[in-house]
Amino acid sequence: MSEFIYLYRTNPESRRAAMGTPEQAQKSMQAWLAWMRGLEAKGHIKDNGQPLDMTGKVVRGKQRQVTDGPFVEAKDLIAGFTIVLAKDIEEATALASGCPILDGEGSVEVRPIASMAP
Amino acid sequence: MSLDELLFRRESGRIVAALTRIFGVHNLALAEDVVQDAFCRALELWPAHGVPENPSAWLMTAARNRALDVLRRERTARTLAPAIGRLLDSEWTLAPLVDEAFGAHTIRDEQLRMMFSCCEPRLPEEVQVALVLNILCGFGAGEIASAFLVGRAAMEKRIARGKRTLAASQTLFDLGDAEFAPRLDAVRGALYLLFNEGYHGASARSPVRAELCGEALRLVMLLLELPAAATPETLALAALMHLHAARLPGRLDSAGELAPLLRQDRSCWDARLIADGLGLLDRSASGSRLSAYHLEAAIAAVHAAAPSVEETDWQDVVSLYDRLLALSPSPVVALNRAIAVAQLDGPERGLIELHGIDGRERLAAYPFYPAAIAELELRRGDRAAAREGFRVAIGLARNAAERRFLELRLRSCVREGSGA
Repeated sequence: MSEFIYLYRTNPESRRAAMGTPEQAQKSMQAWLAWMRGLEAKGHIKDNGQPLDMTGKVVRGKQRQVTDGPFVEAKDLIAGFTIVLAKDIEEATALASGCPILDGEGSVEVRPIASMAP
Repeated sequence: MSLDELLFRRESGRIVAALTRIFGVHNLALAEDVVQDAFCRALELWPAHGVPENPSAWLMTAARNRALDVLRRERTARTLAPAIGRLLDSEWTLAPLVDEAFGAHTIRDEQLRMMFSCCEPRLPEEVQVALVLNILCGFGAGEIASAFLVGRAAMEKRIARGKRTLAASQTLFDLGDAEFAPRLDAVRGALYLLFNEGYHGASARSPVRAELCGEALRLVMLLLELPAAATPETLALAALMHLHAARLPGRLDSAGELAPLLRQDRSCWDARLIADGLGLLDRSASGSRLSAYHLEAAIAAVHAAAPSVEETDWQDVVSLYDRLLALSPSPVVALNRAIAVAQLDGPERGLIELHGIDGRERLAAYPFYPAAIAELELRRGDRAAAREGFRVAIGLARNAAERRFLELRLRSCVREGSGA
């Protein structure tokens, strides 16, 4: 088994739309719970990860210029992550295709966690 | 831990009610934003870290925290609830104020005030019901539109219009107001309409309909928690809803087709709801005024008490319908009365009643009027007339379930008729 990180990318509007009405909220929550529990039940979860606030700062360049996040314009902010275990990148990608974020405008970036071995 | 199916809907209504107390009724949209923020927070945390033990309390706390942020940001920019005024200015009073708004008793009272505010007499009844469903029950415009067979855009307009009227009133209805009694009448009327829409409504989506009945029941019980509102008439309305809701599981037969009262499997009626309904009906008998709710509940109680159609006290049913018709004349009540008369005195007598209904032209588009005539024609052996009646009824069917039911009835009399 190898480790992969799922980076959930979305935009604030799409995130809000997922919880826009109580009916939609109920559906979204049920879909997410079912998906995460499915991964967990099959032993794919290595680390449940953490949500990330949609605000922040960016420090850039030689001038160490600090700006309020690149977020206002961005269409795909990282909203959170999960570390999963899978046989290979194909399996990790196949599993990610069940993620409810894909029902909105979001995406899941699947990245192998590189080995520390030299 | 599994998720309560109505969690978000119910909490939405409670949070909006709590926040209206602070934000003012003109800032409903701001309260709805807070609800969305709290829900988004839940979506960030629950899937990965588990559903909390008490999801309602968790959402309430999330909403409380969000509301504090909003108040710190908006207290100078916006006019909030007038009564709250200066309490918002200081950090010392801000948090206790918000905590108080989220207290269980306060939320209940605010929900009641919201219910009374939604039933503002200047608004047509269908707008009142749409507001109740949207604000107190957390139904989206799309869901309400499909339950009432209205386009989504039209429903959004209807809700927006209601909210504008609410906003103009500045504060929620004061439960100690002199207008309390007439407004209570309007509230009962709206809840009755809501329940009926679920029970008899024309929407083809049956799950939504059962939910409407459930919400009407929940709100009438909330209303009964207010001593001034727990009048005999309100008790009778609650009894009637329980006794009818008890029959909901029987309204569809094992094949999923509509089953009229006379053909229902009574073993699937809900005994607990019947017992609660009968208890409420007993308590409603204390006043001097007999309302239509009392009579309708009494009729439902006769059916609930009867183990079968044959063992029903039809004499009792007919005389209750007589009194109901005298109290609030309506062709639909007369139609139901005629069906009971047919049970008591035979199909010929029932047909005479059906053909003599006052205002029967108002039943012209109602499929169950020609269908009732057809049933009685069939029962007395005139199959040609029965077929004709069912054909007319099919032409008037309002949804697929009604159409299938009526087609089955037509086919059954064609089959029975072929041997004649």
